[in-house]
Amino acid sequence: MSVVTVQLGQCGNQIGFEVFDALYSDSHCPQGLCSERENEAYQASSKERFFSEEENGVSIARAVLVDMEPKVINQTLSKAAQSGQWKYAQHSCFCQKEGSGNNWAYGYSVHGPRHEESIMNLIQKEVEKCDSLSGFFIIMSMAGGTGSGLGAFVTQNLQDQYSNSLKMNQIIWPYGTGEVIVQNYNSVLTLSHLYRSSDALLVHENDAIHKICAKLMNIKQISFSDINQVLAHQLGSVFQPTYSVEGSCHYRRNPLGINWQVRPPLPGLPTLGKVSLNRELHFNTSIANLVILRGKDVHSADLGGFKDPALYTSWLEPIDAFNVWKTQRAFSKYEKSAALVSNSQFLLKPLDTIVGKAWNMFASKAYIHQYTKFGIEEEDFLDSFTLLEQVVASYCNL
Amino acid sequence: VSPASLIAVGQCGNQIGCCFWDLALREHAAVNQQGVYDEAISSFFRNVDTRILPLGRPGGVVNEILQGPLRDVFDSKQLITDISGSGNNWAVGHKVFGSLYQEQILEKLRKSAEHCDCLQCFFIIHSMGGGTGSGLGTFLLKVLEDEFPEVYRFVTSVYPSAEDDVITSPYNSILAMKELNEHADCVLPIDNQSLFDIISKIDLMVNSGKLGTTIKAKSLVTSSAGAVKKRHQKPFDAMNNIVANLLLNLTSSARFEGSLNMDLNEISMNLVPFPQLHYLVSSLTPLYTLADVNIPTRRLDQMFSDAFSKDHQLIRADPKHSLYLACALMVRGNVQVSDLRRNIERLKPSLRFISWNQEGWKTSLCSVPPVGHSHSLLALANNTCVKPTFMELRDRFTRLYKKKAHLHHYLQIEGMEESCFMEAVSSLSRLIEEYNQLDATKCMPVEDLPRLSIAM
Repeated sequence: MSVVTVQLGQCGNQIGFEVFDALYSDSHCPQGLCSERENEAYQASSKERFFSEEENGVSIARAVLVDMEPKVINQTLSKAAQSGQWKYAQHSCFCQKEGSGNNWAYGYSVHGPRHEESIMNLIQKEVEKCDSLSGFFIIMSMAGGTGSGLGAFVTQNLQDQYSNSLKMNQIIWPYGTGEVIVQNYNSVLTLSHLYRSSDALLVHENDAIHKICAKLMNIKQISFSDINQVLAHQLGSVFQPTYSVEGSCHYRRNPLGINWQVRPPLPGLPTLGKVSLNRELHFNTSIANLVILRGKDVHSADLGGFKDPALYTSWLEPIDAFNVWKTQRAFSKYEKSAALVSNSQFLLKPLDTIVGKAWNMFASKAYIHQYTKFGIEEEDFLDSFTLLEQVVASYCNL
Repeated sequence: VSPASLIAVGQCGNQIGCCFWDLALREHAAVNQQGVYDEAISSFFRNVDTRILPLGRPGGVVNEILQGPLRDVFDSKQLITDISGSGNNWAVGHKVFGSLYQEQILEKLRKSAEHCDCLQCFFIIHSMGGGTGSGLGTFLLKVLEDEFPEVYRFVTSVYPSAEDDVITSPYNSILAMKELNEHADCVLPIDNQSLFDIISKIDLMVNSGKLGTTIKAKSLVTSSAGAVKKRHQKPFDAMNNIVANLLLNLTSSARFEGSLNMDLNEISMNLVPFPQLHYLVSSLTPLYTLADVNIPTRRLDQMFSDAFSKDHQLIRADPKHSLYLACALMVRGNVQVSDLRRNIERLKPSLRFISWNQEGWKTSLCSVPPVGHSHSLLALANNTCVKPTFMELRDRFTRLYKKKAHLHHYLQIEGMEESCFMEAVSSLSRLIEEYNQLDATKCMPVEDLPRLSIAM
């Protein structure tokens, strides 16, 4: 089953390139630390998900590139072509010349409707190349205008047009100390709209990845390239193939096959009475955790710690909330690697901070005229704030 | 990428405009050695045709353009020259020449705009103190607003210093201010005294022979050696160079690639929280080209520190001791995101930001440095430190107006009455009052507002 990636804006396109590069490099890595047959199965599975093939054997990324100004897309296309190993399809990009001016309203209300047909046609073309579509991976930032506003619009369209396919949005959370002045407005508008049309929001914070580069990797002068490569590595280790069934050596076909929809019990039903032994340790309460193990000794790894009820909300049994995926095939030359995808209170504080700052700014009405100019009214802001406060409350109540 | 159109009005405007084209051509030539026409150049150039519209007296600047080495760059059909000059009278520039030339100017602008794939903004360069730049320049703003309402109007305005030799400059400036208040999207005020002080500092550094500081011959900041025009140094040449550099750096992220681009329409979006508060204080660093190429981190951080010092601002202002509404840092060259973050975190504690915009930073990283530098920084601040400039202007006006000096030159122009002056002063006073109110909040504690409470 295949995934079609939509890269939006400067951030989305810069990251998208690194992701495909990481996926390709890992797939063609000679040191898989496993049998040749196993390696071939892994490669074939990964390829089917993310690449199609030209007659001459060159891999073509299953991707649509969208930006409202041409510089980044041009760079992205040439970087990919330069690698000589994989590239983007010739007519897979949509580009304009004017940008979105960091204005969510412009991206959503002007660019969206104006270019809807062209963009959806490109996506349709890419979908038709797939034997079987698993879903969409939409890469975008929250802080700017194109990725955020146009990204929200496109996701909504994908929801309407491909309601049976999964939509996962890879969202980049901007630096807390400010990259774009109106980033909190753009973030609030993006998140509230995506909540209504996306199936899953996979979040990466610039601050967190920056710390990884600085503290764990000791990079002295950190560039966006460094940051994007770390991100791509993380995503690669989540999305590359894993075994479909415990003990089997066949790769699962659906890369996005996690049960993303978790619902709290209806009020009135008794909560499961559990006493957890480890309440003293402070963890963010989770509603779902997925651990992905790759490489040596995956079958003997002890994952007991992840099954501790202390980690989970009272109305969930760990067995329902915790999943493991494995493969013996090593990722990107790392003898052993592990990834954790978590739906927990971890993002509660950053979300709450962004909503708080946006609210303070909204109270002063600063910059609002830039949004109302393009059809996003104060009421729309209030609706967005209301929705996000509900999300914050829901996570708090875990 | 999205084209901008440059409109230089009057003598000052044209001199700066010429400087700008000279530097821009050299910058693109340096980046693109084969002279192959590329995207970046098309941002401002179109097959060596230009969109500049210099307006001014013949026999002056415009004639030099037409006869000088840059003549091929300018399509002479794009020039408009009047016959007699405005006599340093805003009313002549605005009312008389405005109506006289409106159609002609509009036609040229329309023709120009037809060739732009996607016109994003107009850059208007002029001075405030004279007649043509001040009067006709601001008249144009209204015309542009009506004819091209979607296109941003960025104005670079040179304000007269206290020792300005044009006696009526306070009148001209006040009348022009009202137009800037009402019809500009964004104004970058510059004052000659600050430019002069900066040039003096550079001269001092060069002549002091300090170890390791020599001006590189090819530096675009101060030297016109290798520049197209080789006539003797006019007093304003070096100062105009700085303003031209300002425009160059402002547009660099739109012209060249980088890891974090900033388009021109993002400037207004991020730096203008309320339509009327659209005056931005700018600073450029470093102003000296140093001999050593490999810049250790300490020097890089110095560049950021200098951007906030009052000595580097292009008007008389001290942003550090006033209130920031918003700040943009546009970096060029070998600077990465970690350098940017580190310096923002380092400098933030010493700066005061308004309560609702505590992290009010807009940042951009352009890979291509200016010619002769390894990196550079342009800081744009929406800061209450711009207030003293306006207050001084109002004072100078009041002193002159009280005596009714030279007033008859204005009042004899059709359409001009004393009420025009009164309205202009009111407009300025309202602006100053807005800054006063913001300043009053400076010392208030920053508190979070109560959030929406949700019923679950």
